[in-house]
Amino acid sequence: MSIQDELKSAITAALPDVSCVVGWGAGPEPLRAAPLFIRGEADLEGFSAGFLSVNNPALYLPSLKGSKVGVVVKGCDARSVGQLAAETLIKREEVHVIGYPCRGVIDVDKVAAKLAGACETGEVAALREDGDDVLLNTPKGEVRLAKKDITADKCGRCAFPNAGNADVFVGERCAPVVTEDGYADIADFEARGLDELKAFWEQEMSRCIRCYACRNACPLCVCRDQCVAMSREPHWLSQGDGVRDKLFFQIIHAVHLSGRCTGCGECERACPLGIPVLKLKRALSRRVEKLFGYKAGGGDTPPLLTFLVEEPTIKERDWK
Amino acid sequence: MSAENVKKFISFDALPGFLARAAEKNAVYVPRREGNAVVYRSFKAGDEAELGVRPTESCKHVVFPRGEELFSFAREADKEEPGKRRLVLTEASEPGAAVVFGALSCDARGFLAFDPVYNGSGTGGTAKDSYYLRRRNRTLIVVKACKNALNTCFCNWVGGGPASPQGADVLAVEAEQGLVLDILSGEGTAFTESLPAASEAQLAAAAAAVKAAEDSLPKAADVSAAPASLAALFSSAEFWNKESAHCLYCGACTYLCPTCYCFNITDESDGLTGVRLRSWDNCMSPLFTLEASGHNPRPNKADRLKNRVGHKFSYYPSLHSGRFSCCGCGRCIKSCPSSVDIRKIVLDAVKEAANV
Repeated sequence: MSIQDELKSAITAALPDVSCVVGWGAGPEPLRAAPLFIRGEADLEGFSAGFLSVNNPALYLPSLKGSKVGVVVKGCDARSVGQLAAETLIKREEVHVIGYPCRGVIDVDKVAAKLAGACETGEVAALREDGDDVLLNTPKGEVRLAKKDITADKCGRCAFPNAGNADVFVGERCAPVVTEDGYADIADFEARGLDELKAFWEQEMSRCIRCYACRNACPLCVCRDQCVAMSREPHWLSQGDGVRDKLFFQIIHAVHLSGRCTGCGECERACPLGIPVLKLKRALSRRVEKLFGYKAGGGDTPPLLTFLVEEPTIKERDWK
Repeated sequence: MSAENVKKFISFDALPGFLARAAEKNAVYVPRREGNAVVYRSFKAGDEAELGVRPTESCKHVVFPRGEELFSFAREADKEEPGKRRLVLTEASEPGAAVVFGALSCDARGFLAFDPVYNGSGTGGTAKDSYYLRRRNRTLIVVKACKNALNTCFCNWVGGGPASPQGADVLAVEAEQGLVLDILSGEGTAFTESLPAASEAQLAAAAAAVKAAEDSLPKAADVSAAPASLAALFSSAEFWNKESAHCLYCGACTYLCPTCYCFNITDESDGLTGVRLRSWDNCMSPLFTLEASGHNPRPNKADRLKNRVGHKFSYYPSLHSGRFSCCGCGRCIKSCPSSVDIRKIVLDAVKEAANV
């Protein structure tokens, strides 16, 4: 049985006990899938998991609290489920987690870069997977691209491709791409110096349209309508269109996620203007990991949500 | 068009110089590539306009800024009456003339959805939005016709086309290593005065390009029943819960939309001074309908998405002679992080209402 069929069987088996199963189905164009809410077997027809399964279905779990739901997850999505449960933002027993081995997902912007000069990604009429490659039907003919060249950056540093906390795991577990996330991307970035970084963010944030897709795509941004940016009184954030106001929100977002962000990258992917906002969260994750020896998503309580008389990594009693 | 309407031509080689000269007189906005996005930026000599790729955002902010200062205020000490403060209001400076070079035809048509709301025609001339109108009247729009359709394009569903002249001052069609310019307004004539007339060969190539672009669009779906269908489904929570299940209720669709015209007004104070700001607002946001009592008539995303689709395909057309407040640019589909497709929602509504 193919992975797809095995997953469909697992979903079918779960359906009697859940109000729905969240997975992925056909999207509005060949390069993009859409989150799929499976409520009955008829909905299963369009289900597919794999290279196009970009969206993190854990996003929807807090809004579905109160009844048992199923969710099909990649390794990174599973860490979002783990983190939500660790923070008691969802009840783990209310979620039926179906995992499968993930070998990476597409980055449509990378496809756009590969097709630059020939056509736009919106002109791709069909996508077909062929082993380690994809074949795209474009107005300029068939284009073959290696999956590794159009896979999301986060997949290149993924140490958890197999949902660790799955109730049902389908398929053969695959080897992780790396065993340790070395934060090489952030180290290179931060080496640039403050003036250069300031100029970088001013330029990037000048494109921001304040749509809050970054926030709303984040599975751990559970404040939603109660977000600090949605407060009229006090009016914490100005409605101004300046870079300062926009970056201010990004810093609030990143700080609220410090020690909580699992690096799923949905904030950055969701940004319609391609602002690399994940970098801010990665920078803080690296510090939390170093300071507290904590990696979000493993199921333990985040260090900033608890208090220990003695932190294992901060030996203040030995200080002189 | 009259017989005097001579089409002009500008080669791609001559374009940067032409834009640089125009930018000496007015602000000229052109699509520019920045990272993975294409956004409208004020043109400076030496810049390269990105005319080959459809811009990520629309150019609506040139006429309808994301944050527009209406006036500034200051509470100054009153020398006559110590202890009292005088409120001093200062009107914002008048905006200058602007040119958008390289708008899409759907973007230009987007302003036609703005106009009846803000030019007073919907209120018998009583409610005119002077802030909108002064920018609108001073903005010249050069449309760059599309060469083909994207998967997410549906301008032909709502009365448009890849080379529609509606809303444009100049319509530019790519042909023979340059642009053939169809002049559609007096301002357009002045803007293109220095340019030579297009040759017969250039005109023929442009006509062929327009034909090819129009042929690239799939046949338009019939959405004439949408206003009644959406009205009939207004109270169907089941329908809207299903359609909105994967929506993130962010504002990407609204803020990229060339026809979404809603705004908020806030006083942004810093100590004793501040500005009254008009800024973009969107019906996906909880604050959009939050009432002073604390009650929110649109508490969840199903209510909000229903409003967005209903407004474009039902309420607005019922107020404005049947015109949809959607120009079919498809940005809301293309850039939606969760792949919500407004075409599907409208077609589902028509189908669902027919079955009720």
